[in-house]
Amino acid sequence: MNLTALTELAEQELQRQQDLKLRLFLCYSTPCISAGAEAVKVALEELIKEQDLAAQLEVVATGCMGPCSRGPLLRIVVAGEERTYEKVTPEQACEILLHGLAGNPIETGALPADIPFFARQTKIVLGNNGWIDPGKIEHSIARDGYAALAYVLHEMSPEEVCNEIKKSGLRGRGGGGYPAGVKWNLVRKSPAERKYVVANGDEGDPGAYMDRTIMESDPHRVLEGMAIAGYAVGAEQGYIYVRGEYPLAAARLTKAIRDAERCGLLGSRVLDSSFNFRIDLRVGAGAFVCGEETALMTSIMGRRGQPVPRPPYPAQSGLWGYPTLINNVESFANVAPILHRGADWFAGFGTEKSKGTKVFALCGEVVNSGLIEVPMGISLRDIVFEIGGGLPDGGQFKAAQTGGPSGGCIPAEYLDTPVDYESLKELGSIMGSGGLIVMNETSCMPDVAKFFMEFCMDESCGKCVPCRVGTVEMYELLKRITDGSAMLGDLETLEELCGLVQETSLCGLGMTAPNPVLNTLKYYRAEYLAHIEENCCPAGVCQLDQVPLLKLPEHAAELAIFKEEN
Amino acid sequence: MPVITLTIDEELVSARAGQSILEACRDHEIKIPTLCHLDGLSARGGCRLCLVAVAGSPRLLPACTTAVQENMVVTTSNEKIERYRRMILELTFAERNHTCAVCVSNENCELQTLAAELGMDHVRYDYLNPDLPLDTSHERYGVDHNRCLLCLRCVRVCDEVEGAHTWDVKGRGIKSQVITDLNRPWGASESCTECGKCVEVCPTGALFTKGSAVAEMKKEASFLRRILDGREKRQWRR
Repeated sequence: MNLTALTELAEQELQRQQDLKLRLFLCYSTPCISAGAEAVKVALEELIKEQDLAAQLEVVATGCMGPCSRGPLLRIVVAGEERTYEKVTPEQACEILLHGLAGNPIETGALPADIPFFARQTKIVLGNNGWIDPGKIEHSIARDGYAALAYVLHEMSPEEVCNEIKKSGLRGRGGGGYPAGVKWNLVRKSPAERKYVVANGDEGDPGAYMDRTIMESDPHRVLEGMAIAGYAVGAEQGYIYVRGEYPLAAARLTKAIRDAERCGLLGSRVLDSSFNFRIDLRVGAGAFVCGEETALMTSIMGRRGQPVPRPPYPAQSGLWGYPTLINNVESFANVAPILHRGADWFAGFGTEKSKGTKVFALCGEVVNSGLIEVPMGISLRDIVFEIGGGLPDGGQFKAAQTGGPSGGCIPAEYLDTPVDYESLKELGSIMGSGGLIVMNETSCMPDVAKFFMEFCMDESCGKCVPCRVGTVEMYELLKRITDGSAMLGDLETLEELCGLVQETSLCGLGMTAPNPVLNTLKYYRAEYLAHIEENCCPAGVCQLDQVPLLKLPEHAAELAIFKEEN
Repeated sequence: MPVITLTIDEELVSARAGQSILEACRDHEIKIPTLCHLDGLSARGGCRLCLVAVAGSPRLLPACTTAVQENMVVTTSNEKIERYRRMILELTFAERNHTCAVCVSNENCELQTLAAELGMDHVRYDYLNPDLPLDTSHERYGVDHNRCLLCLRCVRVCDEVEGAHTWDVKGRGIKSQVITDLNRPWGASESCTECGKCVEVCPTGALFTKGSAVAEMKKEASFLRRILDGREKRQWRR
């Protein structure tokens, strides 16, 4: 396929879509499927068959639309006006279809057009979500899919592409926030006979599902970004690493790669240029640590997924010793829009140091939980209270947890902090991959810290001592604090251990494992002290039914074991 | 081979390009404690005892895996590094069961020697006391997982020097354990050549010759250099 054929295909598809009288967009992502989207789809298809409407309309099974707690979602566009219906039942769906076809759409069940959940978002990465069927490459092409790649291959030099990315200010979306343009240039300048591009789709933070949604809803966007990166750095082979728990993402990517290859958009002589680029899929085997870049690469090479010390960085020596560009899936999803609409357009969003938008998985104690994309620099208050609609049942906001097991909790007094890489780091948390968990006053902070420490303990690979043993010892100390058997000295030991694990661990997993503890100790020290000194859990979560070993004699009378004997 | 100069502990020293900080230090008789490292095996960077401070690096770096660079300024020991080394040893002792008094390697144990050298005289953390088995199915050798540090010297020597790759690791994190073949008893292993290299390189009493009583297991890891040098210089003849 060449540029003309691509444009023709896009126009053809657009014409076909315009000729239809009605298009129904049914959210067919994992959250909506579990809410019953499958039955809705069957009902709609039956109705279409029954009344022989197939020539006039189509039902598009799209990727995630965002407000996951309101699913299944169904969207129609009538006379240029879009309507999104929430919690759709099969019967309702049929009614929506018939009324929509007649030109007078029903209003019941429709979300208000100006609902802040949609109005306050800026969709760049998720631009196609909810408008295309991820399994149909022509849908993607009709919405400018692969247009940026075609432009880049014929009009720009690799150096210009790298500089454009640098100019846009895009930073790594996996959590580290390393400037993408700098990394691309490093790999481009590394002299080597072979180079690789790797997309990191091993998303493992509890409560986070941004990468999964991107891969499931718009796989071609990721592939296009990788191909552009391959051209920019001089790589002919790409790998996309998807965690084993995401079979749907893996299946959709497999199909997308095959479709793109068949159309000549990947493989040999991409879009009739001299550029070759193949993408292979690698599926993980359930290890969180494989999200760390060096462990991910050892896993791709077929070895035990354990990190190796850096330096050397992947940009110098990565897969099989060759320079490797490794970016997060969301970073790659930003690439095509940047090159399609220009670096200046992209740099117009966000703050001075953090450009563009960030996708967050908003969950926990909020009215509207779901997937959102907001410009960098938006305040936490806007995210939680405007987009999220506040806390349900009049709950009091206590903290927002960002960055998963590597991040921390942001207390209520910092609600007006702009959300960008630097501000969150100053607060002792991190941007992370984009999980955002809202907590109300019934969350006990030592208990939250214990939860994340248990996660890190289970996921430690076991290569280095501080992480392998340190996380277990920290977990034991936290367990003691939450069961009432801790003494004040334990808090000191815990803090010292946090420092050790943070500074001496081999990879990012260990280095950041103490963050939830240190961060909650910083803001909620009183809660820890209440557990230890007053034997009380302010949030009422912890049982505190144990006593410190040294105080056993004082409590002898109350202990069940002694009571039984008497 | 190009020679470079760097500063280690305020002393100007020379080293060959491509050497690790650890190698450069040992060439100049500067002591750095190590546990998983063994001259002749690939560097691993897992025990974290050889951490040193390098000017310009925000983090401590393992001396065994970090290559020397021109004008590098390295500090091998200060109050913080010493404290961290002792804490890491404490964690190592707390992880499994290191009861010297009843160990075959008592007085010949690298872990014991290091603890004495670094002044680690007590453990502040909970002993985890895992319930681990002893495998004495092999005719000549035995493995006591309670004494294992997971330094993986046995895994590396078996793979890199003997070429058998009998040893490997199962599980992850605190549940990691060295295994023979695909977790079969050592005695039933089909790949083991019974060469005994793993036993000789093991720093503690985890791998031992059957029949040794307390403090009787003496090991000699220097054979490794002899073998590797001999191979390289083709000194072997029939």
